[in-house]
Amino acid sequence: MRKISRWVRENLFSSWYNTLLTAASLWLLWVVFSGLFQWAVRDAVWSGGSAACQQARQLAQSEGRPWGACWAIIPANIKLLMAGTYPPGELWRLWVSVYLAALLLGASAGVWKGLLRETAIAIGAGAVVLALLPWSTAERLWIGGIALALFVPMAIFWKARLFRAIRWAVGVGWLLLPVIVLVLISGFSPWLPRVETTQWGGLMLTVILAVVGIVASFPLGVLLALGRQSELPLIRWFSILYIEVVRGVPLVTVIFMASLVLPLFLPGNLRIDQALRAMVAFTLFTAAYIAENVRGGLQAIPRGQIEAARALGLHGWLITLFIVLPQALRAVIPANVGQFISLFKDTSLVFVAALLDLFNMGRSILANPDWLGFDGEMLLFIAFVYFICTYSMAHLSHRLERILGVGER
Amino acid sequence: MASARTPLWRDIRVLRWGAQGLFVLILVLIANWFYTNLQINLARTGIRLGFDFLGSTAGFGIAEGPPFQPTDSYGRAFWVGVVNTLRVIGIGILLATVLGLVGGIARLSSNWLVRQIASVYIETIRNTPLVVQLFFWYTAVFLKLPRVAESIELPGGIYLSQRGLALPRPYPAESFTLWGIVLIVGAVCALGVYLWRRLSLARAQRVGSPGLWALGVFTTIAALGGGVLRPIAWEVPVLGTFNFEGGWQLSPEFAALLFGLVVYTGAFIAEVVRAGILSVPKGQTEAARALGLPPILVLRLVVLPQALRVIVPPLTSQYLNLAKNSSLAVAVGYPDLFNVANTIINQSGHALEMILLIMVSYLSISLMTSAFMNWYNRRVRLVER
Repeated sequence: MRKISRWVRENLFSSWYNTLLTAASLWLLWVVFSGLFQWAVRDAVWSGGSAACQQARQLAQSEGRPWGACWAIIPANIKLLMAGTYPPGELWRLWVSVYLAALLLGASAGVWKGLLRETAIAIGAGAVVLALLPWSTAERLWIGGIALALFVPMAIFWKARLFRAIRWAVGVGWLLLPVIVLVLISGFSPWLPRVETTQWGGLMLTVILAVVGIVASFPLGVLLALGRQSELPLIRWFSILYIEVVRGVPLVTVIFMASLVLPLFLPGNLRIDQALRAMVAFTLFTAAYIAENVRGGLQAIPRGQIEAARALGLHGWLITLFIVLPQALRAVIPANVGQFISLFKDTSLVFVAALLDLFNMGRSILANPDWLGFDGEMLLFIAFVYFICTYSMAHLSHRLERILGVGER
Repeated sequence: MASARTPLWRDIRVLRWGAQGLFVLILVLIANWFYTNLQINLARTGIRLGFDFLGSTAGFGIAEGPPFQPTDSYGRAFWVGVVNTLRVIGIGILLATVLGLVGGIARLSSNWLVRQIASVYIETIRNTPLVVQLFFWYTAVFLKLPRVAESIELPGGIYLSQRGLALPRPYPAESFTLWGIVLIVGAVCALGVYLWRRLSLARAQRVGSPGLWALGVFTTIAALGGGVLRPIAWEVPVLGTFNFEGGWQLSPEFAALLFGLVVYTGAFIAEVVRAGILSVPKGQTEAARALGLPPILVLRLVVLPQALRVIVPPLTSQYLNLAKNSSLAVAVGYPDLFNVANTIINQSGHALEMILLIMVSYLSISLMTSAFMNWYNRRVRLVER
C-alpha cells in the first residue's frame, strides 16, 4: 500500500504543475471515455443486420437521446472486407494460401529459434482468440486450425532442425511461397477456374499488393543504391535522378500515372489490368525508398572491409557481391521492415486506380443505402485492423533491430 | 622490357565506357519502344499532345480558394489548385510543428498519465493509414456535426457545424495606421534596448538573452498601443438564413484535411522531437547546471542547440511528407492541385500533360521546402574544428 501511494506521489503529484496536469488529463479521459462508452458499448447494436441498426437509431432519435454504434455492420460485411468479391465457392483457395504460409512459418519457427518462434506462437494465440468470436462453425474451424498449422510443424521440425537439408528446404519454400500463392489465387486452366483480379479485394488485396510491392522493389532498390554509388557517371546520374524524382512526388500521383498513362506507353495488344498497374506503381515508388535505405547500409561499411577484400585478391563485382552487400543488407533489414509497414498503410491509396482494398471496400459498403451513415463504425474497424498489423510488425522490427545489434557497433 | 599492352577487353577504361554505352543504349531502346507505342496509341485514340488546352474554358466550378468562374480557363483552374495546396501546406506545417513539439515533450513528461496519453496518441496515429484517418475526420466527425441552425458555439465567436468552421476575421480599423507608427517606434526602442543589453553583457562578460529583452520591450509597446487605439476589429460570423455570413469560413473539407494532416504529421514530429531531446546526454544538462546556468539558459544554450542538430534533418522529411500527403485531399474532396488536375483530365482527356504538370508542381514544392530546411540545417549543424 505504501509502495502504491509513493508511486502515485512521484508519478502524478510530484509538484503543483504535475498535479494540475494530472487533473487536466483525468478530465480529458473522462470526457472522451464517458462519451465513447455510451456510444461504443452501452447503446451499441452488436448483431442483426442493417434493419436492427436503423431501428435502434430511429428509436433513439424519437426519444431524443444519443444513439449507439452499429457494430453489426462488421459481421454483416466481413466476407467483403476480407476477400472482396472473390467467388464464395473458391474461398478455400485463400484458406489454403493462409495455411501454406502458416505451415511454413511453423516449420521455420521449429528450425530457427528466437524471434521466429515468438512470432509463430503469438500468431497462433491470436488465431485461437479470433476463433472464439461468434463465427459459423466452419469458419471457426478454419481459423482455429491456423494455430494447429503453426504448432504441429514447429514440433516436428524442432526434432529435425539439425539437418542442413531441412533448413535449405524451408528457405526455398519461402522463396516459392509467393509464386504458389499467386498462382493458386488467380487460378490456372484447365484445373482451377480463373479468378480475375477485378474480383480480388478486401484485406487479401491489401496484403497481396504490399507483399508483391516489397518483394519486387527490393532487387530494383538494391540496383539503384549500387548505381548511386557507382564510379560510372552516367549510371550514377541516372540513379540519382530516378531516386530524387520519385521521392519528391506523392505516391498517389505515381499510382495515378501507372493507371492512366502507362497503357499509353505499351503496345495496344498488351492489356494489363488495374491490379497489375498498381503493383507496378508500388514497385517503382518503393524501390526509390529502398535504395536510400540500402545506401545507408552501404555507407556504414568500414573502408577496411573493402581494402581487406582487395588485399585478398578479390575485385570489382566479387567484393560487392560477397563482402559489401551481405553486410549492408543485414544492417538495413529493420529499415526495410519499416518500409514494408508504410507500404502496407499506403496500399489504401489504390482508390485512384479504382481498386477495392480493405479501406476502399469499406468505403463502397458505406455507399450502400442499407449502411448509410455508419461511417464511424466501419472506419474505426478498418483502422483497428491496420493498427493490429502495423503495430505488431513495428514491434517485430524493433526486436529485430536489437537482435541484429544495428547501431551498436 | 617487353611492354605487353593490356588487351582491350581487360582495359578498365574501355570496360567503363563500354558499360556506360551499353546502359545508355538500353535506356534509349526502351525509351524508343515507349515512344513508338505512344505514337501508335495517340494516333488510334486521336489525342494530340500539347499544352494548348490549358487556355480553353474549364466549365466547372471550384468551391474554394481564389475567385474562380466556370468560364475561366483550365490553366487558371490549375493555378487555383496550386494556391489551395500551398494554403494547406503552409498552415499545416505551422500547426503540426506546434502539436509535435507538445506531443514530444509530453511523451517525456515526468507525469505518468500525460506520458501514457501522449504514447497512445502517437502510436495509434502512426500505425493507421492517413487516408483512413482523413476519411474518418471528414465523414464521421465533420459531416456529423449539427446543422448550421444548431451550430456548436465555442468561446470567442467560433462556430462548428456541418458547413465547417466559422471564425471571427480580423480586419484593420481606422486607427490601424496610427498603430503602425507606434509599432515602428516600438521596434526602434527594442533595437536600442537590444544593443544596450548586448553591450553591457559583453562588458560584464556574461551570457544572457538580449533578444528576450528586446522582444519584451516591443510586445509591451505594441500591446499598450493596441489597448489604447484598438487598431484591429473583429468581424464575427453571424447566422444568416442559410449559412453564416461574414467572418472567416473554413469548409468541412478544408477543416478535415488540415486537421487530419496536422494530427498525423504531429505524431511523427513528436517522435522526432523526443529522439532529439533524448540524444542530448544527461551529463550536458548536469554540467551546465553545475556551472551555475539558470534552467532557461541551460535549455537555450546547451540542450536546444544540440537537440536541433538531431531534429532538423528528420523534421525536414516530415515537412516534405506533409506536403506530399496534402495530395490526399482528393479523398475528402478539397480542391487542391491534384484534385483539380484530376477533374481537368476527366474533362479534357489530356492525362499525360496534366500528370507532367502535377509532378513538376510537387517536385518544385519539395525542392523549395528542402532548400529552405537545408539552409536552416547548415545554421544549426555542428561546426567541427
